[in-house]
Amino acid sequence: MAVNKIYGSCDSAVADIPDGAVIMIGGFGSFGGLPINLIVALAKQGAKDLTVIANQGGVGFELSKRIKPGGYPDIGALYEKGQVKKFIGSVPALGGMPPTSPLETFHREGKVEVELVPQGTLAERIRAGAGGLGGFYTPTGVGTPVEIGKEKKVINGKEYLLELPLAADFAFIKAHKADTAGNLVYRGTARCFNPIMAMAARTTIVEVDEIMPLGQLDPEAIITPHIFVNRIVEVPR
Amino acid sequence: MKTRLDEQTIALRVAKEFADGMVVNLGYGMPGLCANCIPEGRTIYFHSENGVLGYGPLADDRVKDYELINASDQPVTRLPGMCFFDSALSFDMIRGGHIDLVVLGAYQVSQEGDLANWGRPGRPATGMGGGMDLAVGCKQRLVMMLHTTKEGAPRIVKQCSFPLTARKCVDKIFTDLAVIEVTGQGLILKEIARAWTAQEIQALTEASLIPADDLKEIEL
Repeated sequence: MAVNKIYGSCDSAVADIPDGAVIMIGGFGSFGGLPINLIVALAKQGAKDLTVIANQGGVGFELSKRIKPGGYPDIGALYEKGQVKKFIGSVPALGGMPPTSPLETFHREGKVEVELVPQGTLAERIRAGAGGLGGFYTPTGVGTPVEIGKEKKVINGKEYLLELPLAADFAFIKAHKADTAGNLVYRGTARCFNPIMAMAARTTIVEVDEIMPLGQLDPEAIITPHIFVNRIVEVPR
Repeated sequence: MKTRLDEQTIALRVAKEFADGMVVNLGYGMPGLCANCIPEGRTIYFHSENGVLGYGPLADDRVKDYELINASDQPVTRLPGMCFFDSALSFDMIRGGHIDLVVLGAYQVSQEGDLANWGRPGRPATGMGGGMDLAVGCKQRLVMMLHTTKEGAPRIVKQCSFPLTARKCVDKIFTDLAVIEVTGQGLILKEIARAWTAQEIQALTEASLIPADDLKEIEL
């Protein structure tokens, strides 16, 4: 009998996340691909001293109304509850927005540490972590503040920086559909960081619009193979 | 009448650079407007770093789908032939030189084509997003920005005082006043807004501009 990966609620799927955990959170910008129900469950669960690895820091509910009418919850909920000690990502705060997002405010007050990573480097560091690599050389960031403290190497006459892998204890993933084994398909630009983060964590937790019986997903179309998925929660749209 | 171009008009001018069949990435903010300005008869494949190639114009309120957005979080529309992929593959396209042209916003551009477009004094948590990868990897790098700050300070400078996105990466600058080409000889002033003179544009520019022999009015 195969392991049952299906959880009845986001609350039960995040219940065992301990203080100090490193968590990757999928998504790209403010919405679309963000596993928002898992984030809200974690905010309720209350684990502290978390390290969050995500492309974006979130804008918080108040600022979100400037982006989408009516607003929406995002990763900002975790800072507002004081659960995060460090953020690693490419857009902690949006320069075009007032400096009042929860992460930007807490960073200014010295409560949250921020590690800025160029977006392509972030994606590749996650892929390296997922694929068992010790790092890679990239031209991105040469001659900028990103190069500080990093090994530089000239390869075929061009300068590169050594970047190291990223991995996590947990990954929160938003997919469109899963089958009961945990194979995943995504929808539109909600794919973004989700497939690579799903591969880079010890425990990968996925919220999906719909769970299908085995055999109902086209094997040719599966993006994330089931071996990367540990827990699935169905949250109908 | 001496006026400055509005953002929509700058976008129209920038989009004239898009050649038929090009793969184009539009950076965060103002450059997103270019998606609605493709010159007639040309096919452009818009790439967005969140993982889509071949999207259509910005969506209007009736068809907004928040799982089909560009890198500026704006809902866009579907086109036949479009495709989706993950962030790692998307940046392989960018760093690997598979994107023909990028339009980036900027705070400052230097006379050597250095770009500063992500960090500002007093905002240590604003990030570079995909800008550094785009500036390093795309074949043509265009900048679209206002010629001066709200306070009237030049944005085209001798040396950037804001943190850099990449060194010597900008090929052409499009502002509300001018089109400027970055060359080994310096900044060539190619086109200027109606009723402005090269001297007036120079007065609003810290770096030296070299008026082109065929200097002309910005044409759309």
